[in-house]
Amino acid sequence: MELTMERQKELEALCLRFRREVLTAIHKAQSGHPGGSLSVCEILTLLYQHRMNVPGPEDPDRDRLVLCKGHAAPMLYRNLIEKGFLPADCMDTLRQLGSPLQGHPTNHTPGVDLPSGPLGIGLAAAQGMAIGLKLNGSSARVYAVLGDGELDEGAVWEAAASAPKFRLDNLCAVVDYNKVQLDGTTDEIMPLRDLEAKWQAFGWHVIRADGHDLRALNRAFDAAEATKDVPTVIIADTVKGKGVSFMEGQAGWHGKAIDDASYEKAMAELGGVN
Amino acid sequence: MARSIRDVYGETLAELGAENESIVVLDADLSGSTKSKVFGQKFPDRFFNMGIAESDMVACAAGLSTTGKIPFVNTFTVFLTTLGLISARAQVCYGNLNVKFGGAYCGMSDALDGATHHATEDIAVMRSLPNMRVVVPSDPESTRWATRWAAETDGPVYLRLSRTEYPDLYPAGTAFEPGKGRIVREGTDCTVFAIGILVHKALEAAEALAAEGISVQVVDLLSVKPIDAALVAACARKTGAVVCAEEHQIYGGAGSAVAEVLAHDGVGAPTEFVGIRDVFTETGKYDALLAQYGLDAKAVAEAVRKAVERK
Repeated sequence: MELTMERQKELEALCLRFRREVLTAIHKAQSGHPGGSLSVCEILTLLYQHRMNVPGPEDPDRDRLVLCKGHAAPMLYRNLIEKGFLPADCMDTLRQLGSPLQGHPTNHTPGVDLPSGPLGIGLAAAQGMAIGLKLNGSSARVYAVLGDGELDEGAVWEAAASAPKFRLDNLCAVVDYNKVQLDGTTDEIMPLRDLEAKWQAFGWHVIRADGHDLRALNRAFDAAEATKDVPTVIIADTVKGKGVSFMEGQAGWHGKAIDDASYEKAMAELGGVN
Repeated sequence: MARSIRDVYGETLAELGAENESIVVLDADLSGSTKSKVFGQKFPDRFFNMGIAESDMVACAAGLSTTGKIPFVNTFTVFLTTLGLISARAQVCYGNLNVKFGGAYCGMSDALDGATHHATEDIAVMRSLPNMRVVVPSDPESTRWATRWAAETDGPVYLRLSRTEYPDLYPAGTAFEPGKGRIVREGTDCTVFAIGILVHKALEAAEALAAEGISVQVVDLLSVKPIDAALVAACARKTGAVVCAEEHQIYGGAGSAVAEVLAHDGVGAPTEFVGIRDVFTETGKYDALLAQYGLDAKAVAEAVRKAVERK
């Protein structure tokens, strides 16, 4: 799918704006997950604002996305607002009682395809969507966006084994490979070792890409779409907390409320194009 | 004719497959045991063997349901309600998705495999999940009805199925109602609220107690969630004494559901519980296990005598 320079600039501006607004919502809620929301920004924004065909949240032939790493919900919500599925002002209500924006995604929220949050089971559900769409004769595609810490969960590898068995070339997994989880780096907490080799051994088409480079990601999604008979996983190298210098690569910002001083500093860094 | 509940379920599933193309069936490498294989052989394109991966199976079914399919997931009850639980809770029930759970070997019906394969806590787990309905068939006809009803009803349903044979209790074409129990024997001194195999044991006990001059009413609950609260309260008030009987731990099971109704409605009838008493079970022949853990007709009769004495 073509990505013109002009469209790329527009998407980059959107990403910057989404980063600001997501941090604003997390700051206001005094609760949430800044690090992983920032690292997955380009992945979700490119998919929702450029690639995925979602004419409406209930359209049976729509492309689907399961945010397996449900804690990055604010970045998903901001994208759904941009699609017009949620009211523009609802980011203010994130994590509040009665809000459509629950702490983790649920399908009660328009545009969210499935509840997610407990790690490990999203890929299997995305696989079920891919099977169902094929049975329905639909050409829609299914995306499963996983965290790298999530790959500690054994259930991920159950789905990694079964999706290639069912030849789900309409399924594309994306690993937000930011190398940091809650308690420390992935190397410290649970080494992932050779991720590409692991997915390859399970029968997946594996693509490595810079997860903050819209052009590189777009090429990777093109390659996934062109792949037949096997599902594709894009291992997207990202930086946790991307865009805010003092959050980058820091486990401490996985799920921490943002204090006022840090918020001001972050906004100053994310200033500019809006 | 007594029939294995798993056989009746498997046949019914295959019949449904012919009638409704939306029905898809998943199994975790036990389709020969759960009898989902009958469907799989007839409709290979709509049958998915997930391997020994219960979590993958239930989550896959959750995804399938969002595309308009009606998935039935199948494996031994104990694995379905433990290893399959995270998706059952966080995806299927939270999302109120149209997934049907066939728990194949409830209670101690996988007798010789022992405690690891006995399902004795599943009702407690499944009935605590919002949106989940829990149905326990007690004979071949109620199994056919429950399986068909699950397919026709939107939302999560848990069918508690048995490996063993249950005798006929209901004639073909019985008009079962969702969420309703049935009085299978009228009596005046005590009501036994039972599920599954214990309905048959309760009827046996009632027959024996009639000779002693004790008149026992037997209710087949069929639906543990929602529980038929009106029927439970009315029967308890009428007879003034209650026995709850199930092939499950006493804590959290069908008896607990009955007791919740009785306590809320202030019925105040003395209540005895027939069930597994906070222990892990053993390997043995099925009938021997039922006797060992106080789940036979003799144990039900003894519980009735106690409840009646406490009036």
